Amino acid sequence: MNQRLIRELEHLLTRENVLSRPEDLLLYEYDGSVEVARPQCIVFPRDTSDVVKIVQLANRYQIPIVGRGAGTGLSGGALARNGGIIVSFARMNRILEIDIVNQRAVVQPGVVNSDLSLAVAHAGLHFAPDPSSQKACTIGGNVLENSGGPHTLAYGVTANHVLGLQLVMPDGQLVRIGGKSLDPIGYDLCGLFVGSEGTLALVTEVTVRLTRLPEAVKTLLAIYDRVDSATETVVEITARGITPAACEMLDGWTLRAVEAWVHAGFPLDSAAVLLIEVDGMREAAEEHALQITEVCKQCGAREVRVARDAKERDLLWKGRKNAFGAVGRLSPTYYVQDGVIPRTKLPQTLREIDRIGKENGFEIGNIFHAGDGNLHPIILFDARDAEQFRRAVSTADAIIRFCVEMGGAITGEHGVGMEKDRLMPLLFTEADMALMKRVRDAFNPAGLLNPGKIFPIGKGCGEVRIRPMPLAGEAADAPRAESSPS
Amino acid sequence: MNPQATLAGTRLNDIVGSQNVICDAQKLSAYAVDGVIPKAAARPGTAQEISELVKFAAAENLAIIPTGARSKLGIGMPPERYDLAIDMTRLDRVSSYDPGDLTLSVEPGIPLERLAAILAEHNQFLPLDVPFFERATVGGTLASGVDSPLRHAYGTARDFVLGMEFVTGDGALAKSGGRVVKNVTGYDLHKLMLGAIGSLGVITRVNFKTFPLPSSTATFVGAFASSDAAAKFNLAVHKSPLRCQAVEILSPAAVASMSTNRVSTVFGRDSSNPFFAALSVAGNAAVIARSERDLHSLAQSAAGSHCEFTRIEDLQEKQLWTAIREFSTTLQARPEAAIIKVSCLPSDFSAFFDESIIAAKKHSTEIAHVFHGCGVCYCLVFSPQNSPSDLAACCKELLDRSASAARNASIPWCGPELKRDLSIWGVPREDFPLMQRVKQAFDPHNIFAPGRFVGGL
Repeated sequence: MNQRLIRELEHLLTRENVLSRPEDLLLYEYDGSVEVARPQCIVFPRDTSDVVKIVQLANRYQIPIVGRGAGTGLSGGALARNGGIIVSFARMNRILEIDIVNQRAVVQPGVVNSDLSLAVAHAGLHFAPDPSSQKACTIGGNVLENSGGPHTLAYGVTANHVLGLQLVMPDGQLVRIGGKSLDPIGYDLCGLFVGSEGTLALVTEVTVRLTRLPEAVKTLLAIYDRVDSATETVVEITARGITPAACEMLDGWTLRAVEAWVHAGFPLDSAAVLLIEVDGMREAAEEHALQITEVCKQCGAREVRVARDAKERDLLWKGRKNAFGAVGRLSPTYYVQDGVIPRTKLPQTLREIDRIGKENGFEIGNIFHAGDGNLHPIILFDARDAEQFRRAVSTADAIIRFCVEMGGAITGEHGVGMEKDRLMPLLFTEADMALMKRVRDAFNPAGLLNPGKIFPIGKGCGEVRIRPMPLAGEAADAPRAESSPS
Repeated sequence: MNPQATLAGTRLNDIVGSQNVICDAQKLSAYAVDGVIPKAAARPGTAQEISELVKFAAAENLAIIPTGARSKLGIGMPPERYDLAIDMTRLDRVSSYDPGDLTLSVEPGIPLERLAAILAEHNQFLPLDVPFFERATVGGTLASGVDSPLRHAYGTARDFVLGMEFVTGDGALAKSGGRVVKNVTGYDLHKLMLGAIGSLGVITRVNFKTFPLPSSTATFVGAFASSDAAAKFNLAVHKSPLRCQAVEILSPAAVASMSTNRVSTVFGRDSSNPFFAALSVAGNAAVIARSERDLHSLAQSAAGSHCEFTRIEDLQEKQLWTAIREFSTTLQARPEAAIIKVSCLPSDFSAFFDESIIAAKKHSTEIAHVFHGCGVCYCLVFSPQNSPSDLAACCKELLDRSASAARNASIPWCGPELKRDLSIWGVPREDFPLMQRVKQAFDPHNIFAPGRFVGGL
């Protein structure tokens, strides 16, 4: 039956657009998280009609189907938790329309985030959401995870930039919602589908807002001898109502790891740095840079450097955006968390993370979007050691619980996926989740689209209806932890 | 069971207390929606009471419309059924406010003006400069989906509402989102509640991101010879480094409608330049001075003629923005009129303007335009002969034309007569079946504002 499905897919898409050899499947077990799940096959649709046919076929075989962009996600969103077909949008990567005058673009989901910005840079525009993985991650993935990035502090997350979608519903129906014009009539369906983690529909086309590049950009590096001084600076900047374009923090451990690889110019003896960017009209950027420098110094910054030119600025950002790559050199596996807290709670939360780490025997690095209170504690561990893996997860959970106690949330931009589903009850009651499930079931009634995501898998839960299909000639493997390929 | 008897009975009194139940016919007329008067109104004081009211209504199959200050209840189709008004004005507290985090949580019955005063104490605000600002509540503002000129810089409520609690059609109290400025936990169900005119549930709490008040603002007004010149100027502003808070274009008829009251002195009397642009910029003195300089040159290169921008201040400035904000509500003085909202791309404005003028003439109606430069036009259409059929024909033509031109059009403000002839939401589009599924998931018994929303939802 499985072989027959694969032959049918090959017939539909031609053989070079279907992968099903065991060594191919291994490559799609992973995303950027610590989760692992193996699909039965991977297909590469070339256009929307291919996607419709794939969904119809999957329905006929009652096999799960999971959309995937570049696989850079950090919560297992693009993994086939219950097996099935992974629909990779890697080959649907054309920019369909660029409307410079109205600052819009229509793209296929497989377009790489930074490629869109590059394509419109000549007109002084860019696509504002800028996840650290922007050189690899796709806009389709950004849409379904509602991705953020450093500059979302001033420019908003993906949801603020998506105006329309073409969807292939789990029953194979093709629907357009929204479009280039503002305020579509009726319920804000785009608002619902963006960030739905691929559980409601597959996205085959995205209409986005483009944003004007700022006239002036100033990038500051504030250097601290105490972590508390850095976090207090963030509290003070926020309280004074200065909104930088970005406000990132790297603690001493992380900046040393980064510096060893990227040579961004982070001082090795510091306890923390803040990478702060202000932008806008020349006159405003100048003023904000001065105000922020003053706050940094008042809060105890040892030094505040201003990037002299684009080259220096790019280097600082390279240090920030390649941080996880740098950490990957130090440890076979690391676990990045994504909790959010009110900005006023930043100092005490960082102290608590440090305490939780020490209590559990981990040194935890912090590199995060300080300006919007979105933490990314990094726990290094060796996944080959099952006990260490278990302890890493429980340590991360303790951090998340603290974030929730502070009035925060369990994920700011990575998504719940199959990584934090069990933590959903920390934020949501049975009634909250029951309504969310009703909404999911309204669009994905058979649960074949991206099963096992967002909602805790408990007894009697819908997700367990779907049995993973075994590979051809092989027993189904239970998901297991392995070292990450990064 | 006879609903009248049920409502007059003790159950509502049990839930909210008899002093908070209104059954008197005269008092109930204040809760009328398009002439339909409910059988009772209840004034709950807690979310729990709302949950009980909804459970009761679901069991008895009573239709509910939640109300705030009742300034925008006319937005929507007439209700198919309307038994119980849930008056939200007792839920008017600030639940929490963390100025240092720029986050806020409020009950929906709080008036915008009172909330603005609380935020202003901390030099903060919400960019909800909406019609009926002096009366409207937070809940009604969000549910009605009205927008504000400030959307140019701050977006609409969907961009700064962080989370919500609400009661769904089975009486369950549910929530989505959270209180922090960045959050992707779970589905963003609260976005569905925005502009849904109460058809999915009763909002019981709203969490906002607040914004720092700009250190100073300035308003500039300039005049243009044609809609085309004004539209080109708008595009030039979009393309420029200027960061405006609001960019508005007013047609000659819109200016005339405003000139009859408070703001006549704002606009020049040069009949060769009858289109006006009004812009608000925020920032330090250098930003404002630079903006003024740039506006002159942008206008010149875009419109091809010399264009003076005048800075207006104090009372004049306030009156201008009030007049723009309340443009839709001037309709109250004109019963034979309607406001059509048309979203079109900024580059399409001039074409839309010309088409709408032709349509208005064809149906012996007149039309006035206030265009948010980001691409939303409010058109006041009225029949000087007081002819409802002319008005309806013009509105229908504008709705139909918009549908075929990939614009989004609806009629947020009009009298109930017009709604007999056409749907103010236009013809449902291909996404309508998805909306039906949303409605079914939230309101399975169809008790919330039945028949009022798109396609009879």
